[in-house]
Amino acid sequence: MRLDLEQTEFAAAVRAFAQEQIRPVIGDYYERGEFPADLVRELGKLGVFGVTLPEEYGGSGMGLFMLGLALEEIARVDASVAVTVEASVTLGAEGLARYGTEEQRRRWLPRLAAGEGLCAFALTEPGGGTDAGHTDTKARLEDGEWVIDGAKCFITNAGTAMTDLIVATAQTGPGEISCIAVEPGTPGLEIGPEYSKVGWRASDTRPVYFDGCRVPEANLIGQRGRGFVQFLELLDSGRVAIAALATGSAQGCVDEALAHAKEREAFGRPIGENQSIAFMLADMKLRAHTSRLTWQDAALKADAGEPFGADAALAKLHASQAAVDNARDATQIFGGYGFMNETPVARAWRDCKILEIGEGTNEVQRMVIARSMGL
Amino acid sequence: MNIVVLVKQVPDSGLARQLDDQLRVDRNGANNVMGELDEYAVEAALQLKEAHGGEVTVLTLGPSQATETVRKTLAMGADKALHIEDDAVGGSDALATSKILAAALGRLEWDLVIAGAESTDSGMGIMPQMLAARTGVPALTGARKIDTDGTAITVEHQRANGYDVLTASLPAIVSVWDTINTPRYPSLKGIMAAKRKPVETLALSDLGVDAAEVGPSGANNEVLSAAERPPRTAGQIVTDEGQGGTALAEFLAAEKFI
Repeated sequence: MRLDLEQTEFAAAVRAFAQEQIRPVIGDYYERGEFPADLVRELGKLGVFGVTLPEEYGGSGMGLFMLGLALEEIARVDASVAVTVEASVTLGAEGLARYGTEEQRRRWLPRLAAGEGLCAFALTEPGGGTDAGHTDTKARLEDGEWVIDGAKCFITNAGTAMTDLIVATAQTGPGEISCIAVEPGTPGLEIGPEYSKVGWRASDTRPVYFDGCRVPEANLIGQRGRGFVQFLELLDSGRVAIAALATGSAQGCVDEALAHAKEREAFGRPIGENQSIAFMLADMKLRAHTSRLTWQDAALKADAGEPFGADAALAKLHASQAAVDNARDATQIFGGYGFMNETPVARAWRDCKILEIGEGTNEVQRMVIARSMGL
Repeated sequence: MNIVVLVKQVPDSGLARQLDDQLRVDRNGANNVMGELDEYAVEAALQLKEAHGGEVTVLTLGPSQATETVRKTLAMGADKALHIEDDAVGGSDALATSKILAAALGRLEWDLVIAGAESTDSGMGIMPQMLAARTGVPALTGARKIDTDGTAITVEHQRANGYDVLTASLPAIVSVWDTINTPRYPSLKGIMAAKRKPVETLALSDLGVDAAEVGPSGANNEVLSAAERPPRTAGQIVTDEGQGGTALAEFLAAEKFI
């Protein structure tokens, strides 16, 4: 799809940052399982976190398409950093921008838009993933405060030094789910230790516990009882963002494997001259390209204000599969080196599986697509 | 303080570069980017503006596609640009180029001109001195650090084995190496703001420069031949027979490392 001048220039700026600043150092962070806070702050200066947020709160007021371009370029180099952006923006800050009060937006959005602070969205619980409406965490009003009790798991950005806010879903009455904002340091909020993850190792993912955690009544985000509906609306954008991220991973595999196939020699010639390798690369390029078309199509519809839920599901399903397939082929082209953690495509291989799970499993995506077909 | 930054679009120095049949740098098939050292000049200007106020104007000489480079400087934060574009310019030597740039500088108000220490295509590193001679201001070249109080300027002039401290009164021309700062990346807000910033495009006639004095016909020198850089030769291997340490120390001393 042809990009206009601003889109081209922004994608080029993010690509340059990713290639020059993230690529040389991210492998070490990944190996240590360390969150690269300085890199994330520097990335914030490019305006990546504020792309879709309103200008009056420090954002750029652009659409999902522009955000997708940035996520794709970051993920082309590293998915951990890309998901840090995705989680803070599409579920966290976007929720505040769409459903928050004027006071809430003024208080939290400027730092989130600048990438100086991060937001975590705490939905998943130990007892429910795909069954997202099943929420055991409870919040009750007491003396003008919400008192929250419960546990959340797999929460991205929950425990970084930059985390400003955790937005949690909780039952505020029978069959009633609401979103409530909790700031780190609030008594009764316990941020668990970093998980040992297979992939996305330079992103921060933790369990979160609420034990009589009290926050002001004014920390309710959106209407009481509308939490689940809000979440479902945000999730459609989130799926497009994950599809853009997956496309970046798939493209990064093409970049790395192509360079290797041209350089690595076996039997006296570059391995890319073997048809088996060349065709594999052709298929990889096709997958990255079609993934890009699906997420861009969904993003254009979203930005035009048209329904895009089924398109988002198509994009997420297709691009995540492309990322898995390309990571498998890229590691194959790298041979033994592809199994070494120091090789970038090995990171892609470890990172790709979660793309078929997070932001709705691919089974859920098929369900959404089938329903849109009247099934 | 008003600053003019000289920038030049050049073929990406990270990729293989070619000469055309007239032994000029081939720009048609190349990936053209802002001169790598020019990014440091832009950053130096922006930092001085942030500290002292004033305006940063970008001056470039090049074909219409150099607009991409101009836009990048505006997205980084420069305020406006002057783009000299004229078909007669192609093939100009450094002397003629300095005549055009000096004429352009004559139309702008500036206290300081900042340039990269050399271009990353032809790499002559002579333009700041030529412009200083033509405009009658001092040139402080090869800076790794710049300080100014608004009336005088002090730079650390980088040398192989240290640095010299140079001071001059403003106005002046400074050139910088890549040791001076870390250039910023254009932000989305900067990119969106760039399209509203003024870019003036002028031809040689607007500057009062005679087209016959520039280009190949006005050149004072001519490239007769060019050859590939010879491959790197093997280094000297010292076999340690008791004198290894001495030999190593002598080598390092000869190269002024110790």
